[in-house]
Amino acid sequence: MAEEVLHLDEKSFKLSDAVKAAGGIDVNWCYQCGKCASGCPLSGEMDLTPTQLIHAIQLGLKDLVYNSKTMWLCSSCQTCTTRCPQNVDIAEVLAAVKVLMQRDKKKSKLPDVLKFNKEFLRNIRWFGRTYELGMVAMLKLVTWNFTQDLRMGLKMLKKGKFSIFPRFKGSWAVHNIFRRTGKQEKA
Amino acid sequence: MKYAYYPGCSLHSSAKEYDRSMRSVCDKLDVELVEIEKWVCCGSTVAHNQSKLLAAALPMANLARLQNMGLDEVVVPCPACFSKLKTAQHNVKSDKKLKRDVVEVIHKDCNDEAKVYHALKIFSEEPLLSKIPTVVERDLSGLKVVCYYGCLITRPPEITQFDVCEYPETMDRVLNAAGITTLDWDSKTKCCGSSFALTKPNIVVELSHRIIDSAKAVGADAIAVACPFCHANLDTRQPDMGKAYGTEFNMPILYFTQLMGYSFGISPKELLVDKHMTDAESIFEEVSQHAQ
Repeated sequence: MAEEVLHLDEKSFKLSDAVKAAGGIDVNWCYQCGKCASGCPLSGEMDLTPTQLIHAIQLGLKDLVYNSKTMWLCSSCQTCTTRCPQNVDIAEVLAAVKVLMQRDKKKSKLPDVLKFNKEFLRNIRWFGRTYELGMVAMLKLVTWNFTQDLRMGLKMLKKGKFSIFPRFKGSWAVHNIFRRTGKQEKA
Repeated sequence: MKYAYYPGCSLHSSAKEYDRSMRSVCDKLDVELVEIEKWVCCGSTVAHNQSKLLAAALPMANLARLQNMGLDEVVVPCPACFSKLKTAQHNVKSDKKLKRDVVEVIHKDCNDEAKVYHALKIFSEEPLLSKIPTVVERDLSGLKVVCYYGCLITRPPEITQFDVCEYPETMDRVLNAAGITTLDWDSKTKCCGSSFALTKPNIVVELSHRIIDSAKAVGADAIAVACPFCHANLDTRQPDMGKAYGTEFNMPILYFTQLMGYSFGISPKELLVDKHMTDAESIFEEVSQHAQ
């Protein structure tokens, strides 16, 4: 890859400022030691390691950050956050990037992961508690992936692993929490 | 002893056996669990990817309910719920604006002082730790188990305040007290792939395979877990591991409460051991034959 000269000015800090506003974490403490990348169980699947993604945020490379798979592959295992010598909550930074992307209506490089997140939240908004079977069914509908794990799912159903019907305990309370959160964030 | 109890969504559905065995074990130890009325989902590992406010509001709405119950200690068996309740408390304590916003959203005060315990904690401390050997009825000393803690019980330590985060021994202490032999191994706190089970199963198969492989390498008869997601991934994905790596593990994956319950003389049926996808009942049969 050809090296290119990056011109940094005050605009470059906009991205790290936005990350700080969304997740409360200042990425500028990071000095790229690489400890997060070496401990991350998913870094082998990622296009940028967590260290590289943080560096890209510091440099304000918004397109590079938004087009990365990295944050969508984070399992929130908290190994990076725990081991960071500079106390950068890296997992929270990755979550903040996802919050920003949704605010900016950007597409995810791993659309299924975003769909899962959305279906999960829709599910608890409707039912108050996770209605697992409903969520699996909805996820299959929105991803058009009907065959994956079908046999296992049926076996689990037969074993009585899932509750067949949803219960609506607390659904009104959760619905209101979502509604008021949206209102509060717009204000 | 009396605690408030927040089971979380999984324990009412795909992890019924964790809920059932937790309650049975507490009965034996005279611990009263009072389920929080009308509790709601904590937001799990998803809500904070959408909104930091939502991720704080859902747990705080649950903790606010404790105040009406006259209890200030809540026991949480699911590590994702445990982590989210603790993180929300930590975030509202350190961010006054967030706290004000949460109060606006839940229409209740923030209960950031409630004591949130993972289920392992209450068993690993006095008086329960000394009480455990007194209720043991079956000899399980022939059973070699590795304790798998997963990610969120211990990490990040400033929030969870639970044991040594890289090499915890709390579950080992609890199972040892119940007469079960636990082994040292290197995957106690490795990630199983958690919620990628539905979106990127190949990741779960790879990560969970490594965990079972290292349990096998130290000669474990079973893996004890304390998390519904870890359980689901390790238990249900063994046939897929076989396809991907040619391994035939047949490794029983049991909730630590099921192992405690069996040693306390509770029947495997009552502990719902038959709900697992990988056969776990036969190790109990083997152990009881061995003991006779």
